[in-house]
Amino acid sequence: MEAIKEQKYTFKDFASDQEVRWCPGCDDYVILRSMQKALPEMGVKKEDVVFISGIGCSSRFPYYMNTYGMHTIHGRAPGIASGVKLANPDLSVWITTGDGDAMAIGGNHFIHVLRRNLDLNIILFNNEIYGLTKGQFSPTSLVGQKTKSSPYGNTQPPFVPGELALGAGARFFARIGGNVPKEMSQLFVDAHKFKGTSLIEVLQNCVIFNDGCYTKFTDKKVKEDMQIFLEHGKPMIFGKERDKGIVLKGLKLEVVTIGENGITQEDLLVHNAKEQDPTLHQMLVRLEYPIATGIIRSFEDVTLEEREDALTKQVKANSKFKKTDDLFFAGETYEVK
Amino acid sequence: MVTTKETLQPEVLEAVVIRFVGDSGDGMQLTGTQFTDTSAMFGNDIATFPNYPSEIRAPQGSLYGVSGFQVHIGSVEVSTPGDNLDLLVAMNPAGLKTNLYALKPGHTIIVDTDSFSKKNLEKAEYTSNPLEDNSLENYRVIQVSMTSLTKEALKDVEGLDNKSITRSKNMFALGMVYWMYGREKEHTIDFFNKKFKTKPHLIEANTKVLNAGFFFAETLELIPNAYTISPAKMDTGTYRVIMGNTATAWGFLAAAEKSGLELFLGSYPITPATDILHELVKHKHFGVKAFQAEDEIAGIASAIGASFAGDLAITTTSGPGLALKGEALGLAMIMELPLVVVNVQRGGPSTGLPTKTEQSDLLQAMYGRNGESPVIVIAASTPADCFNYAFEASKLALEHMTPVVLLTDGYIANGSAPWKIQSVSELPEIKNNITKEAVENWHPYDRNEETLARNWGIPGTPGLEHRVGGLEKDSLTGNVSHDPENHEKMTKIRAEKIKRVQNYIPDIEPEFADSGDLLVIGWGGTYGSLHSAVKLINEQGYSSIGFAHFNYINPLPKNTEELLKRFKKIIVCELNNGQFANILKINFNGLDISQYNKIQGLPFGNNELIAEFKKLVD
Repeated sequence: MEAIKEQKYTFKDFASDQEVRWCPGCDDYVILRSMQKALPEMGVKKEDVVFISGIGCSSRFPYYMNTYGMHTIHGRAPGIASGVKLANPDLSVWITTGDGDAMAIGGNHFIHVLRRNLDLNIILFNNEIYGLTKGQFSPTSLVGQKTKSSPYGNTQPPFVPGELALGAGARFFARIGGNVPKEMSQLFVDAHKFKGTSLIEVLQNCVIFNDGCYTKFTDKKVKEDMQIFLEHGKPMIFGKERDKGIVLKGLKLEVVTIGENGITQEDLLVHNAKEQDPTLHQMLVRLEYPIATGIIRSFEDVTLEEREDALTKQVKANSKFKKTDDLFFAGETYEVK
Repeated sequence: MVTTKETLQPEVLEAVVIRFVGDSGDGMQLTGTQFTDTSAMFGNDIATFPNYPSEIRAPQGSLYGVSGFQVHIGSVEVSTPGDNLDLLVAMNPAGLKTNLYALKPGHTIIVDTDSFSKKNLEKAEYTSNPLEDNSLENYRVIQVSMTSLTKEALKDVEGLDNKSITRSKNMFALGMVYWMYGREKEHTIDFFNKKFKTKPHLIEANTKVLNAGFFFAETLELIPNAYTISPAKMDTGTYRVIMGNTATAWGFLAAAEKSGLELFLGSYPITPATDILHELVKHKHFGVKAFQAEDEIAGIASAIGASFAGDLAITTTSGPGLALKGEALGLAMIMELPLVVVNVQRGGPSTGLPTKTEQSDLLQAMYGRNGESPVIVIAASTPADCFNYAFEASKLALEHMTPVVLLTDGYIANGSAPWKIQSVSELPEIKNNITKEAVENWHPYDRNEETLARNWGIPGTPGLEHRVGGLEKDSLTGNVSHDPENHEKMTKIRAEKIKRVQNYIPDIEPEFADSGDLLVIGWGGTYGSLHSAVKLINEQGYSSIGFAHFNYINPLPKNTEELLKRFKKIIVCELNNGQFANILKINFNGLDISQYNKIQGLPFGNNELIAEFKKLVD
């Protein structure tokens, strides 16, 4: 067999010739660059990569990637991406979406794509605001948040995207701050390797309409104290001093300090991202202090295209129909002479 | 009771219209289908019209729960299910009450007397029993205690519950009608053997009841006379009976094979289009990818994705579903991707009349999108030619890189007719616009000079990486462009591309007269009714009444205006409030266009059409 020609890309190979038009300082630049850096690490051919988006700031993403891409209509990227993947399962298919695109106008498609488990990847740019329509509240905006469409404060309670996703059957869910390109790039590679639908929520700062909404978790000075970066098989430890941890008390997660009240590292929960039962993963996505980042859930399951492929092979093997003529002339036909 | 006594003498008839009616659980659709298939195999031309309530099991015995199946069989060309009935088989009082109006005076009714109980008569809102009050004296009434006779026939069959016994009485009726029209029982017995392969007691029971009905009709003098209908003169060839929705599905199978592409269907269940989904999901052996999506929008969205990825992509729906798909259809239009949208029209607006037919989505198909958004619109005209137009829709979409809306309707979709089977090898070639490998300076919006179809670069092809989307595109590079002049230019190119399809579709050929006093115009699923009405009026001494039936609506055939001007008057007949008439009026000036519109959820009848035509020519 001929040796497969190794084609080594750099991030530049994935940058299109289009001028990037997001606002200066937007976290979207970080996501774009992290993706362009992650792709050469995935070992996938450029022509086999497809980015699909809906509408919103996040959805301009495909124009900036030198791959195949489609910038479609509001909320429908999961449907379109599903068609691409079902038509050609060999493609690496990525959806870029925002909190409004995915969970408001496209909410129905979002839950169903997670339920079906095609092998595709979704990057959710969550900035808790509508950016492109200039500053209305979104389905992840907080109660009381003042926006252009809630001048006296938002009265609609938000979704927690991870909670919604796990409830819909997501097999892979990760969360990451919008200011950590290296970790983000690695998550993109992990998502690509994961067989099944992977969802990565990026806590993305909108510098214009919701600036600083994540600062108390993501600012470099506080992030180690306010985030727990989860790794499969490792104890749940966080904090600048690595002295804080998570234990399960009754039906709740609780923050403890190692060395206080006789707590040792052995008492802490060990993260099992691969557990089929999502109960603990649900608790982790809801945690308000610290917030959980990293891969929260990564349970490998049969994909939709595997099921479809197996069925097709089975039907083909058992069928007497090879060509459409076999079908047309089969059964109850009669001759007119 | 025997209402007439005549000598037994087979009568030779050209055509007969029979309607089977009963409760929606009485198996009338099955009875009708069996009679249809058997008659087609005997060589008759046929046309059918199933008419059933939208409830799955409406309350038993109620007037609105009546389910009917009408079949027209003939030794001559049959193009409609017929206006008036020669035979009405009524399994209950409600069926008799709601269908008697259609029976020709002096013709035959078969009733199951066992079902004419006090309770059922009340439910059918009869104040006295029509079998006893002489209200049917203008008809031949054949009274048969069908339920009791069925029970009697089955008394020795083991393993049957009461419900299965009563439910097989439809086969008693079918047996009687088979004998009356000289039909063989074998086809139906074969059907039992296949359907109940694992339930031999049901094969035995149904066969016994069918035979019982057949012999009952033969032995007793209750049957006034027997009818024979000779085989029709049809083109030679191999035929099968096909339903419109099946023909549509098969047209796509043929198009996929002919084009060498894989077939992708994204769909969401909706009456009366769902049978296309039901049919295509069966054909995984041909590699068909049929995806039942979470809603109408995801149905078309997945098809757009599949089209981008290089499949022959289709989505199927009915009126309300097309409304939901509108935005995505506009996206496919601006991305200039091949896509076929089938709309099996039903009564509207809104939920409307889901199980009834109508042609009221024409303007939605034409204009139901934001922005300047022309697509090809074509319509099938008979159950069998749904095959051809599904094939043609695929061919046009692939060759011209555009969405195509294919309109059928509940009437032809659920109706069945003989189909002269077309081998895929006899079908025309389907080209495509795929760029197979990288070329210098390739752009996705480079166009074929003649058709204006753009290049189709498919993911997986090295060197053709590109982005498309809903934003306006630069006419050269395909990059996003907000340039005012470019937008106008692209809008005009997209319109011109659809207009040029005129060069690839046939001229419209009128039937019966090339010029003259009146041109009858129709489109889509009304072909059968209009054709037979114009034929009949010409046989009544009128000779200059022509008939032009449109299958291509956007664009219209090139010679349309020239044809319309050859007639003094024009009447456009539609099952809507005048949508195609309006399209003609927008496009052509100075024509005397009348309209005949029917919006009752029912097809046209011959008599109403002929009366209308006479008003214009007399």
